[in-house]
Amino acid sequence: MSEARRFRPTMAWLHTWSGLVVGWVLFAVFATGTASYYKDDISRWMRPELSEAAVDPAAAATRASAFLAKQMADPGGWYVKLPTVAEPVTEVYWWKDFDGPFHHALLDPATGEPTRARETKAGDFLYRFHFELALPPTWGRWIVGTCAMVLLIALISGIVTHRRIFADFFTFRPDRSRQRSWLDAHNLVGVLALPFHLMITYTGLVTLAPMLMPWGVMAAYHSEAPHYFVEAGLMPKGRLPAGRPAEGLPLGEFVTRAERAGGELPEGFTVASPGDAAATVTAVFEEPHGLAHLHPQVTFDAVTGAELSRNLPAGAATHTATVLYGLHEAHFAAPALRILFFLCGAMGAAAVASGLILWTVARAPKGAAPAGFGLRLVRVLNIGTIAGLPAGIGAFFLGNRLLPVTLEGRASWEVAAFFGAWLLVAVVGALAPRRWAWPTALGLAACPFLAVVPADLILVGEPRFVPFDLAMLALATLLILAARTAMRPPAALARRLPAGAIEA
Amino acid sequence: MASATPTDAVPSPAASQKGAVGWRDRSAVAGRVVLAAVGGYAVASLATALGSVALPLPRAEAVSAATLASFAVMAAAVVFVFAARSLGRAALGLGGVAVLLAVGLWLAGGFSPPVPA
Repeated sequence: MSEARRFRPTMAWLHTWSGLVVGWVLFAVFATGTASYYKDDISRWMRPELSEAAVDPAAAATRASAFLAKQMADPGGWYVKLPTVAEPVTEVYWWKDFDGPFHHALLDPATGEPTRARETKAGDFLYRFHFELALPPTWGRWIVGTCAMVLLIALISGIVTHRRIFADFFTFRPDRSRQRSWLDAHNLVGVLALPFHLMITYTGLVTLAPMLMPWGVMAAYHSEAPHYFVEAGLMPKGRLPAGRPAEGLPLGEFVTRAERAGGELPEGFTVASPGDAAATVTAVFEEPHGLAHLHPQVTFDAVTGAELSRNLPAGAATHTATVLYGLHEAHFAAPALRILFFLCGAMGAAAVASGLILWTVARAPKGAAPAGFGLRLVRVLNIGTIAGLPAGIGAFFLGNRLLPVTLEGRASWEVAAFFGAWLLVAVVGALAPRRWAWPTALGLAACPFLAVVPADLILVGEPRFVPFDLAMLALATLLILAARTAMRPPAALARRLPAGAIEA
Repeated sequence: MASATPTDAVPSPAASQKGAVGWRDRSAVAGRVVLAAVGGYAVASLATALGSVALPLPRAEAVSAATLASFAVMAAAVVFVFAARSLGRAALGLGGVAVLLAVGLWLAGGFSPPVPA
């Protein structure tokens, strides 16, 4: 065989197997990542006690620093995200050093004490699951980063495998053989959103680049890695702590200083070595309009209040990297574009799911031959992931409404509901007779989404949450339709063939 | 080329579907997976390090540009490993590129300790 003629089958093999081994993780990454386009809306729904309110950012910042000063002796740093009218809560983080752990609290801007809104991880849980899989951050990020790299290989080999990219836009043969239909479905969702799939995979790797590929920084900066971020224009020059204590200005003082320096209210403040004589306060402003994920920052002396530094202008290459980062996060996307991103992400999840199912359909034994161990394992994992993960997300939302507001460790119970429902559906899918496995698992997954709607209407019942409830209803409908389709016996598909049609 | 398919090539989809994959095929595939993962990452890392010290750009820009390209380099290396006629050729090709990159990095001073500022 010539090199050229061997290349395509080799790439087909690579596509099949690279896609299979990471498919289950990728489905979870796509599903939770797609949901994260609406992270803020999810968080608002999950904290119904917070509603629009007037806030005083300067007073809130000073109260937040008073709260933070009580939390830890000699902290390495704080981050204070200022409250806004739409999000009237002060978000604070504190840490000893950059290796973590990073402690977190939500404060009532009016009192500076932890908010009385129900305890929940809210949209942040799905968002962090998207790249950390609820594992210790370093582990989760390496696993997701590795899977993303394999996905990039699967995309490239999939494109090579494919002869007729354009014609496949218009090809869907749901009434042909099952394998044909699943291949068409896989091609349709894979090819239609191909630019998105390539973009989201590569930009996802770029967001993790400092961890996945530190060797460029190491070779050029050796042990002085932080200098890279300063020279690249990603953060302003900082300074080392002096080792003697000194009383800093109240944090609220920096709100007006930052407003004067940056022309608008900052999003938040990073305080380095609070309480030290050389402590700094860095105002972090919102990304300017455009694609780049590049926050302007101004650093002040925490004790005197004098401006010390700003981030340098980013060069072309760094700017390109921040644009890729920004494309992944899609903070720039207004509602209409956001829907498009959401649909593309859903098509990514559908491409992974249809590819996983296609693998089993293409290997189904003919007639009464028994299925091998590998095939049975993949089937069980497919059902457990494709029906189980949505069930978990639905249970996470349902738990948010049903668990008592004052329950001890409430946020962890919501996460337990997520994994419990996922596990339940996966086990039911594995134990059910094969013909009933898909319909039962998908039907079960629809239940929490259906139940969320009355639970929200009865227990909270606010008009501003109706769009969220409608989205839940739409997801439930989708899962029920999928369950119905999975219930049709294969013979029903064959009967719908036009008379005399020849199976391709 | 009309030669028979070498035994350590990637099995054809048809062969793997029938389950007719012997231990030789299995170990050849395992070898390629390891070579693609370890060798591909090594080549991508070396290319990133070399680009970071050798690109004619300000230091931070060179690092950003090289790091951005690193994932494309790794993808290309992995595709090469699986497309090569045999595992031996893949190892030879990837090893050659890695040695060239390492020599270049050494010449560009990427291994030397930092100059005190």
